[in-house]
Amino acid sequence: MANTLLSVGIDIGTSTTQVIFSTLTLEDLGGRFTAPNIAITKKEVIYRGAIHETPLLNHSLIDTQALCALVEGEFRQAGLAIGATDTGAVIITGESARRENAAAVLRQLSGFAGEFVVATAGPHLESRIAGQGSGAQAYAQEHGLRVVNFDIGGGTTNVAVFDCGKLGATACYDIGGRLLKFTPQGKLTYLSEHAATIAQAAGLRLRVSDTPSLADLRALAEAMARQLEVNVQALLTPNSVLLFSGGVADCIYRTGHEVFAYNDFGVLLGQAVRNSRLFGYQVLAPQETIRATVMGAGSYTTTLSGSTIGYTRADLFPLKNLPVFALSPQQEQDAFDHGRAESVAQALCDFVQQTDANCVAIAFQGKPSPGWQELKRLAQALQHAASHAQLAPDVPWVFLAQHDIGKALGLAMTPHAQGRAVITLDGIDARQPDCYLDIGKPLMNGQVVPVVIKTLLFG
Amino acid sequence: MQDALVELIVQAILEAQSNTNKPAQVTPTQEHRAPQPAQVTSARIGVGCAGTRLRTDTYLQFRADHAAARDAVYNDVPAELLQQLNLPEFATQCQSRDEFLTRPDLGRVFSEQTGNAIAAHNASPCDVLVYAADGLSSKAIAANLENILPVITESLTQQGLSCGKPFFVKYGRVASMEQVAQLTGAKVVCVLIGERPGLGSAESMSAYMAYAPTPGMPEARRTVVSNIYSGGLNAVEAGAYVAEVLGRMHREKKSGVELNEG
Repeated sequence: MANTLLSVGIDIGTSTTQVIFSTLTLEDLGGRFTAPNIAITKKEVIYRGAIHETPLLNHSLIDTQALCALVEGEFRQAGLAIGATDTGAVIITGESARRENAAAVLRQLSGFAGEFVVATAGPHLESRIAGQGSGAQAYAQEHGLRVVNFDIGGGTTNVAVFDCGKLGATACYDIGGRLLKFTPQGKLTYLSEHAATIAQAAGLRLRVSDTPSLADLRALAEAMARQLEVNVQALLTPNSVLLFSGGVADCIYRTGHEVFAYNDFGVLLGQAVRNSRLFGYQVLAPQETIRATVMGAGSYTTTLSGSTIGYTRADLFPLKNLPVFALSPQQEQDAFDHGRAESVAQALCDFVQQTDANCVAIAFQGKPSPGWQELKRLAQALQHAASHAQLAPDVPWVFLAQHDIGKALGLAMTPHAQGRAVITLDGIDARQPDCYLDIGKPLMNGQVVPVVIKTLLFG
Repeated sequence: MQDALVELIVQAILEAQSNTNKPAQVTPTQEHRAPQPAQVTSARIGVGCAGTRLRTDTYLQFRADHAAARDAVYNDVPAELLQQLNLPEFATQCQSRDEFLTRPDLGRVFSEQTGNAIAAHNASPCDVLVYAADGLSSKAIAANLENILPVITESLTQQGLSCGKPFFVKYGRVASMEQVAQLTGAKVVCVLIGERPGLGSAESMSAYMAYAPTPGMPEARRTVVSNIYSGGLNAVEAGAYVAEVLGRMHREKKSGVELNEG
């Protein structure tokens, strides 16, 4: 019985690239007197890699070869064979995600880092995992508070709101410590487009290869901090607790850095945030600053399905990169009430053609306590829709419910499947746009499967 | 008498005490703290107070829940439901609800005549027999039976197991399964039974299961799946899981602690 998973987290940020390894421990919390309830109960970091500069060929290309060598080096340092990991995530964040070859880089890395390692990106996910890695979510849950995490990195600031541990809003702003770069003497060597815009709006004239005055730079940093302040105003309640993570966080919590200690804007930005109105709220120190995102990637991207699920055979797994097709609430209601799915069938056909995928996952909410007749009607409707998709005969039908109905739905589907393999999972809410899914091999005597929900968006 | 109710009363007193001793929790400065704990538990927390007593609506809600719990214990399973599900009713040796509550020993056994009727209802031996009993909550049976029974049957059939004909036992306790097994010759027996109601829900049901149960066997040979109701493990999903456990019992020829130990 596999009770632990070895997870790898790889974060390719605007300025730094990091690797961590952690073990996730699975336990049945259900006790012996009711149905199983398997959860990840412990996340332990077993190896923290060094903080590397993200290797770039130029401003628009990541040096793929150097990056692969760097990650391979971390595997060696950790004493782990490539492919030894069970799960994890490669996440490409901030400005790195906008480099021309970001997609190619991800593909290459996800290929060699293990059988069930995913490639992920997208500002929503970044904000969430940074907030989980920093400890913001855990604090919100434990104390029943609204905690807002600001992950201020090199290129972007990712904001995530956790209400009593539950993820609320996320946001991403082009504010970061590496939007400007300097020589140790303070000569400006790089000015990002976005920083130039803010400078202009603030009436500051900055030019590359000039040495701007400290007063001007402070004014720019204040303008950025103010922009952040104004943007997040609506997310903050008087009792909110704020946490700062990311590389710049170290310059927020600790003072006394040399202004150009890192040849960038981080120290000045950190000071400006510290002096901003954001510090009028209660501010706590995070568990992780610069490593928050990679911690989140390694330890929080893998979730588990519900503990009562259905699947025809265990050798159907792992399944990777399944595009998710979500039913609308109306379509779901029709299926439950009348066993009808004409509109779903057509939309699903189009979806399969668009995504050009050979296997898709069909997601819906389900009901918390459905009747058996209702469930049979749903199964009939799903069968109707899925058979219209005309997937190859050896491809399983994959269904994802949010509510706990997976195993029962599997039973209801079996008579309709005509020998096709069927997977019915629950406890998964994948009804978000452009969402993909990886499903790992069953664990804990086959009772659960690990699932990673991801987005693959660039630009 | 009525051990079921003693617990309810004790629970009620404790609950009332803990509420009155607490300062009012809903104050403007702590507003943001209130929702979550209240959302994750059905316990009456953060309900505030009026002087030294409960608020009127809290008190009325409490009385209503208490009444619902009492009703669940004292009422019968509706005859229409049993008719609709085509379940014949067999009573244990208890003559009344009061006797059922005060004489657990009689809730486990059937008269000779009833025994013969049960045996006749399932004349040929089967792999798995599932039946229902009111236990301490008729409401639980009324709320869940209709949805759980067909799921279990569907699953057992898909697993290629022969199912006995289900029935309903009035004034039935968990250990009635021992005599049912002897009367019908079923290899695996499962009783779906109403749980002692609490103030949170009166609709919670359990599935008790055993491989070849015999009178006087240790309790350790029973497997249970509890908390089956709309707010816990829903009936259809519970049915699918229970049927899987029943299939495993039949294959491995064991139940209870032995089954858990693999």
